[in-house]
Order: sequence, then structure tokens, then C-alpha cells
Amino acid sequence: MPVISVSQLSKKYRRVQALDDVSMEVNQGEVFGLIGPDGAGKTTLFRILATLILADKGRASVLGLDVVKAFKTIRNRVGYMPGRFSLYQDLTVEENLQFYATIFDTTIQENYHLIKEIYQQIEPFKKRRAGDLSGGMKQKLALSCALIHKPEVLFLDEPTTGVDPVSRKEFWEILKRLKQEGITILVSTPYMDEAGLCDRIALIQHGQLLTIDTPSAIVNGFDGRLLAVTSDAMTRLLADLRLHEQTMSCFAFGDTHHLTLKNDTLTDTDLKSWLGQRGHTNVHIRPIDATIEDCFMQLSSNHAEL
Amino acid sequence: MTSDTIHIEQSGNKVIVARDLTKRFGTFTAVDRISFEVERGEIFGFLGANGAGKTTAMRMLCGLSRPTSGSGYVAGHDINTETEAVKRSIGYMSQKFALYEDLKVCENLRLYGGIYGVPEKEMNNRIDALLENLGFQQEKETFVRQLPLGWKQKLSFATAIFHEPAIVFLDEPTGGVDPVTRRQFWEMICQAADRGITIFVTTHYMDEAEYCNRVSIMVDGRIEALDSPANLKQRYNTSTMDGVFQQLARKAERG
Repeated sequence: MPVISVSQLSKKYRRVQALDDVSMEVNQGEVFGLIGPDGAGKTTLFRILATLILADKGRASVLGLDVVKAFKTIRNRVGYMPGRFSLYQDLTVEENLQFYATIFDTTIQENYHLIKEIYQQIEPFKKRRAGDLSGGMKQKLALSCALIHKPEVLFLDEPTTGVDPVSRKEFWEILKRLKQEGITILVSTPYMDEAGLCDRIALIQHGQLLTIDTPSAIVNGFDGRLLAVTSDAMTRLLADLRLHEQTMSCFAFGDTHHLTLKNDTLTDTDLKSWLGQRGHTNVHIRPIDATIEDCFMQLSSNHAEL
Repeated sequence: MTSDTIHIEQSGNKVIVARDLTKRFGTFTAVDRISFEVERGEIFGFLGANGAGKTTAMRMLCGLSRPTSGSGYVAGHDINTETEAVKRSIGYMSQKFALYEDLKVCENLRLYGGIYGVPEKEMNNRIDALLENLGFQQEKETFVRQLPLGWKQKLSFATAIFHEPAIVFLDEPTGGVDPVTRRQFWEMICQAADRGITIFVTTHYMDEAEYCNRVSIMVDGRIEALDSPANLKQRYNTSTMDGVFQQLARKAERG
């Protein structure tokens, strides 16, 4: 039986369709990533699953329990870390943790092993008020508080947003170890490069799921050949590539441009000489594997055409 | 000739000059003697781990926080003594900075233009020109709250450079934006830089560091590295800016 089950869920806020007929399942012990930009509906889904708001249509269950009928039981068995820091700013680090342990009828000592690794990093500051912590430390405290009652399911809403790349990497290492404890994790992120760290992901935009699969299956499902193109004049290269009649899409990806073609009859040599005629020097073209971000862009443009 | 242009000529083509810029809060040194220069029209990436001192440094350069020691010039104005002139010659946009949701697109532009002293007789023409440039003419009378998020970000940037500042500070401008809009946003940044507006930008997306002419990386209050992305990757023997960042920022002791 899946740990989280969502079936045809919809939610509307006045004019905005936040969730539109969303269905998905998360299995026991999985790290499941919800990947999409701001406004895609990620937070709405979390709030419904955390039993904080009601859906307009559809059903959802967590640990086999209905989110509406059994909300009290669910709340005792899940941990939720909202996107916005929501601990008590004027309580100290230690007081916040104590508070969360108490309302869940447990003690810090009882489940200390779960949070030890994370909490030790902020323990030197345990007498400091939560409001005075740096962003990275707030994140670690919030995760400690979400874990202190030993939840079976963890909801993490954008835990790494605004966090630098080194701290983000450390945070994912922590999630990997929590998974080994048997905790099922639903985590959202706007950083597409984090998708590969999940067992399975759902790409979400405008309240709809674009796809659900393992990161490698999504990348392998990229439609067509993807080329990385560089030259000595990258800005002009982007504009010129978009003018070519065979170009399907062309986007800047760091130090290369990613190009897809309408059909695969155009050879790299043809393209190279076409670019040469336009005055490009030092042109390099090579086929590459798609990233999750390439897939997201392809799927969302296909979706828009439907 | 205005006093602004004289100042700029005195400092040559350098739009930002920082020399031993330092900020201490009590015993804590947030920014520790940083020195660097940014050229006119340059896209300058200002990277660093959380808590490295980026925000504090940026606040000093924007004239919002007085340095403890050291000196700095922004668009030719002294950040120690001419903070009001500094503020007039810059634009600022952050991910959190919101336009007024209850004002229409054109009302937002008129408000910011007015604050920054865009002459009233030029106002309407400049609003129309800007909206045309963005392909936003249809949305002139639309309330900002009705715009999709990506459009709001693009409009925020356009508003930040509406008064044609010498330099615009962008504090994580693309956080949470969808991948297509994120790229369109960077194309706007490049266009503005081509027009001579200097771009000073922070980001946690390492692919965006590649679009900068030069990148500085702050660690524990100091600038640990400053060079073009290509040179940095070569020096740290890695193929990505993420690789450079991981090597430098892992040494950090605070965060």
C-alpha cells in the first residue's frame, strides 16, 4: 500500500487553479521530489496532505488514512517543514525543540538519535533566539523540530530554497540518512539539479503534473537529439541558432546553448558551415544527454500546445 | 555637464570601486577588507555561501549601511559621504521585492519614475517605450496582482532600470522562477548590459554564474576568488562553476 495516495485532487483560490486533477502515489521509504517553479501548486499539495486545508475535489490519504476524516491521527504521525520559517522567533533554539517534543508527547532524549547529526551543528547556539539565527541554521532547527516526534512521513516544502550550493548538498546528505531510517520523504524544490537525488519525481507546473517517474527514465524519455553548441560569440550564437529553419528550441545552459532540431536530417557539419557563413568562429557541436531542466522545458511546452 | 558625469570621468570606466571595505558588528567581522572594481557595462556575479557577507557588502554599496572602514565609490559617488547620490544612481531588485499589487502596471512605473525623478514630460513616452520593448503594451492597464509570476519578475527588473541607472543590483532575481522565464530574464539582463548598464548580481544557480563576465566568490567575509568563469574553471581544474564554488565555499567556517 502506498504511504501517500492522491487521487484527482483539485483546489482553486478565487481565479487561480492551484491544483488541477492531480493524482500520484508515494511508496514506503521513498524520497519523492515535487519539482516545479513558484506558483506551480507545490505548497497547496503539501497543505492538503498535512491536513491544513481542504481540497475542492478528489481524495488524498497518508499512511492509509483519509486526510479529512483522520486528520488528528495523521498529524501525530507526520512531520511538516513549511517553506516559510514558522518556528517561534522569540523562543531560543532549545525552547523551540522542547516545545515541539512536548506537544507531541515525547522528549528530546527519546528521539535524539534521529536529530543528533543535524542538531549538533546548532547546539552551540542553543541559547540563541530562533529569530537571530542565520538562514542555514534556521533550516536545521526547523528540520530538527519536524523530526523530534519520530514521524513516519516527512513533508519538506522547499527546504533548500535560497540556500547556497554547498549547504544544499549537505542537506541532501541528511535526507539520504533519514531515508535509511525508513522515513518516507516528500520534498519539493525549484532547483532542477536536485531532482537526480530523488528516487522518483513529479514535474509540476500550473497545478498539473507533467510527468511522474524516476529521474533517469524522465531523462531517457527526452524526445529527439539534444546538441550543445558553443562559439566565440555566445550571445549572437543564441540569436542565430533561433533563426535556423530546422531549430525547434534553443536555450542558454551555462557555458553552452542547448539545441533541439525539428528533424534529424540536418548534420552537425551542415550546421557548422551555416554558422561559419554567419561569421561564427571556433564552433563546437556535440550531442549530449538531456538534464531534468531540458525535460521540464520540453514537457511544459508540449503541455502548453495541448 | 552634470556633477554625475564629472564624477564618473574622474574614476574612469569604473562604476564600482571598493578598497579594503570592512563592516564589523561588535566583534563579528561580516565583511573583511574586500577590494574590487567593476567596469561599466559589465555583468558582475557576486557569489558566496549563506552568511559569507554578500548582503552586508551589497547594502554598503547601495548606500544603506556605513562601512566600518575602507572606501567605496559607486557611479563616482563616495559610499561613506554621498549615500543619497549613490541611491539615485542605482537600481535595486530582489526576489522578495514586490511591485505594488494593487496598482496597475503603468501606475507602478509612474510611481518609481516619480521617486527617481524621471521628468513628468518624458514619463508617458518612456513608459510606452519600455512596455513595447517588453511586449507588455496589452498589460499597461492590468493590475500587477493579475500578472503571472514570471511577468512580475520581468516587470520588476524593468522597473529597477526605468530611470536608466548607472548600475543595477540584483539580489537572487531568479529564485523559484520557471526555467524558460529564467532564461528570458537573463536575456533582458544581457540587453541592459549591452546598453551600458552595469549589472551586479547574486544567485544560487551556478549555471547563471556562467553568463557573468566576471565572478567573485566570498567566503567568511573575504573575496576568495575573482575572475572570468573560464579562468576560474581552469584554475580550479573543474568543468563547471558549481565545481569551483564547492571547492571554495567548503572551506567556510561560518554559515
